[in-house]
This record gives sequence, structure tokens and C-alpha cells, in this order.
Amino acid sequence: MEIFLQQVMTGLANGGIYASLALALVMIYHSTNHLNFAQGEMAMFSTYIAWTLINAGLPYWVAFVITLAVSFAGGVVIERVVVRPFEDAPVLNAVIVFIGLLVIFNSLAGWIWTYDIKQFPTPFGDHPVQLGNIFFRAHDFGAIGVTLFVLLVLWAFFRFTPLGLAMRASAENPVSARLVGIRVGWMLALGWGLAALIGAVAGMMVAPVLFLDPSLMSGVLIYSFAAALFGGISSPGGSVFGGFFVGVAEVLSGTYVPFIGNDLKLIVALIIIIGVLLVRPSGLFGKVSVSRV
Amino acid sequence: MSALLSVQGLQAFYGQTRALHGLDFQVEESGITTLLGANGAGKTTTLRAVCGLVRTQGTIEFAGQRIDGKSTEDIVRMGIAHVVEGRGTFVNFSVEENLRLGAHTRKDKAAVHDDLEQVYSYFPVLRQRRAQQAGTLSGGEQQMLAISRALMLRPRLLLLDEPSFGLAPLIVEEIFQILATINRESRVSMLVVEQNASLALGLADHAFLLETGNVVMSGAAEEIRQNDAVRQSYLGY
Repeated sequence: MEIFLQQVMTGLANGGIYASLALALVMIYHSTNHLNFAQGEMAMFSTYIAWTLINAGLPYWVAFVITLAVSFAGGVVIERVVVRPFEDAPVLNAVIVFIGLLVIFNSLAGWIWTYDIKQFPTPFGDHPVQLGNIFFRAHDFGAIGVTLFVLLVLWAFFRFTPLGLAMRASAENPVSARLVGIRVGWMLALGWGLAALIGAVAGMMVAPVLFLDPSLMSGVLIYSFAAALFGGISSPGGSVFGGFFVGVAEVLSGTYVPFIGNDLKLIVALIIIIGVLLVRPSGLFGKVSVSRV
Repeated sequence: MSALLSVQGLQAFYGQTRALHGLDFQVEESGITTLLGANGAGKTTTLRAVCGLVRTQGTIEFAGQRIDGKSTEDIVRMGIAHVVEGRGTFVNFSVEENLRLGAHTRKDKAAVHDDLEQVYSYFPVLRQRRAQQAGTLSGGEQQMLAISRALMLRPRLLLLDEPSFGLAPLIVEEIFQILATINRESRVSMLVVEQNASLALGLADHAFLLETGNVVMSGAAEEIRQNDAVRQSYLGY
């Protein structure tokens, strides 16, 4: 039982990471119908920026905030410069641009910071936290807390601020949004900025566990795809739920299904992806999309 | 009266295809002008051209300024509100959120609140439905919402594309009466596109008749209504 609870806790901590990245994917998908394959590599790159700042002697949370700001600005610039010209291009063109971005960020990180594995600090300490007679990693708690906080802030932003309302309106009906004077192009860029920011949080929370190297997020991205699809690629709330579900499912199946172990865990994500696409392509909470031809 | 909107030699293109072949027309300050014509005459395209939603050639002047070639967002911010055919409401948003989005570009918070009350007084049913999702409204209520959202911009010119589209005759009559009231009280100019010619001529003071992308007749609404050809082709008696 104690092992089970510990595993669930670890699963939730991982799940928070998947939830964040899944939400970043969904935000961009929602407004552009494109899946940003480079989301994970952008997050990895952000994490390296944080690592550089911390190694330069900045306190953790200062580096954290600066990283968020830089990531946000970077996301906006990428949308304006790289993605914008392909806004109305066929889906495959966009896919190729995103894969190009993925490779560029991966190589760039390797070139700047080498492919050596690096330690990334956690602000929550390494000591275990005792709850009853079960021990949890403090970092797991902290990561869940930070993730939930970021998600809550985002939710409030989209729900209650005029800018959030305008961004949601742009995603739902771009032509009507332009006709009420919303600058839809900039809303898309802001969406990219926010997605990059969420990704940066996910990267900084997962790096202390997985250690930092240019392939940090490649596995995480697969789990996040699974999470986004499971919860519903059109549903931000659903994708967050999907993230936590996939996190827990991954850890528990690794522990309790004998042949999966540590090596085959990624299979769980792929099974979820294929299963969802076969059985319920719109996911648990997603809307069925209908297009007339 | 001077022209608020003045269009000269307007051509519009969908890809390589030219849909308008050099239109000239005006909308008077505080007046109601209607564009009449059959399906495919270019009425909707004309409104889309004014708003910069299609590629155009020719000059479009609004309040003395050239607006052709400007972005839709900038044209809207100059005071042109467009109620599209099929309404274009944000279906997953509440009625009140839709109205607030209509005032997105405005900074005068207090006046926005007054205008919200004003549109609720024009369309009391929207007040009852203020927290309801726009997608769940009836067709008539959605049209009222679309008009109200456009008014929230406090526009100088209101473009209306087929406000009678798909609605029951009684609702249509109600909406047209309120449009007349709005024009009288707030002096907002209107450019109305309609297939229902007798309705539109009842509301408007000027009319332009479009046929396959050309203006073939224009004049005071009353004159057009008396015209034999128009009567036989568009009014059906």
C-alpha cells in the first residue's frame, strides 16, 4: 500500500509535467490546428537557459523568472518570424517547419552546451518528506505545486481577463474576432509565447529528475501527446487531466506489470495514443470535429 | 448630407476570379443605404470588400480617409462594424461575453457599461439570456446578439449582411423595426444587404441594385420601389 501511494505520488509529479506540455500543445492546436512537434525541444532549450543562469550564480527563483520571460519572448518571436509565413499553408508544410524547429533546437543545444548530461538543481531540496509512515520526495510535491499554480494562473487569465477573452475568441472564430477589432495575428503570437512559457516550467520541473541533456524532452513529448489525445486535443482542461492520468498509468504499469518494467514504459504512451485514435479520436473531453467538404 | 462611405471603381477578387467589376456607391452620414440583388450579384462580397476581408482594387473612402488596403482590424477600429451573414457569434461564449468582445477596442469603460444597458433595452430577451451560451440561442436571438455586438463598438457605420436570413417573418419585422429605431436614435449609418427587397426598401432611404458585380440602378429607396423593372424582378407584383 505504501509503495502504491509513493508510486501514485511520483506518477502525479510526472503527470504534472505531461499536463503542462500537453496544455502547451493544445493551446497552439486550438488556435491554429497545428501540432507543434518542437514544443518539447523549445522547453529543453529554455531549461538550458535556466541552467546557464543558475550556474552564473543567480538564485534559483530569479533564474526561474528570467527563463520564463525569455521563453515567452522567444515563443512570440518564433511565431512572428518562422511560423507566421506558413499560417495558411497546407498541414504538411507546417509539420515540416515544426520538425525543422525540433532538429534546430536539438542541434543548437548540443552545439552550445554539449551533449554531456548535466545536473539540474531542485529548489525544494533532496530530503524526503514524511507523511504518516510513507516517504515522498520533496521535489515531487514541489513540482506538483508549481504545476498546479501555473495552470491555475493560466485558467484565471483565460477566464477573467479581457486579453484572455480576446485570445479565446481568436481561437474560436478568427474572422469574427478580426471584425470586433482583435488583432488575431498577435493573439496567435501571444499563444506561442504562453505555450513556450508553460513548456519552460515543465522543463525546469522535470530536469532534476531526468537530468539535463538535449534529449531531455523527447520522451516527455510522447507522453504529452498521449495526454493531450487522451483528454481531448480540443480541450485544455481535458489535456491537463490526461497528463496526470498518463503520469500515474506510466508509473504504475512500470511497477506492477512485470514485463513492462522501466524499459518498456514508453510503450504505455504509444498504446494510449493508438487506443484513443482507434476508439475515441476526440479524446475523453474533446469535441468531435466535423468539417464539411 | 455628405457621404460617410464613398466607393469608386471597386473590384474584388477571390483568387484569380473577379467578383466585382467596378462598383460606385455611397452611404450618406446617418442614412440607411441598401444593396439589392439576386444570389451571386456580389452583395456579400461588397461588404467583405469594405471590411478588407477580400482582395480589392479601387478606392474606398470612409469619413474622408482611404481605407482600401488597410487591415480588417484597423478598419473596424475606425468605426465600421460588420454583422456577417450567418451572424458569426462566438458560439461557445456567453451572451454577455460576446457583447464585451464587441467593445474589445474601446477604453471608455463607463460608456461601455451604458451601451450594454442600451442594447439590452433594444433587445430585452438578450438580458434574460445574458449568461447563456450564444450557440444555444434561437436564430432570431443570435441575429439580435450579432447586431448588439456590432453596436457595442459604437460604430459610425454598421454593415448588415442579410439580417433576415433564415428567420421567421415576425422576428424579421421586429428586428427591422429596431434597426430603424437605432438609426433614428443613435444616428449610426447603415449599409444593408438584403434579398428581401421590399423589407430593405422599407427601411432604407437609398438603394443600389447589383447585378453580377455591377451597379445597374441607384436612387432614393422610394423611386426604386416604384420602378417597374424592380417591382417585377425583385418585389414580385
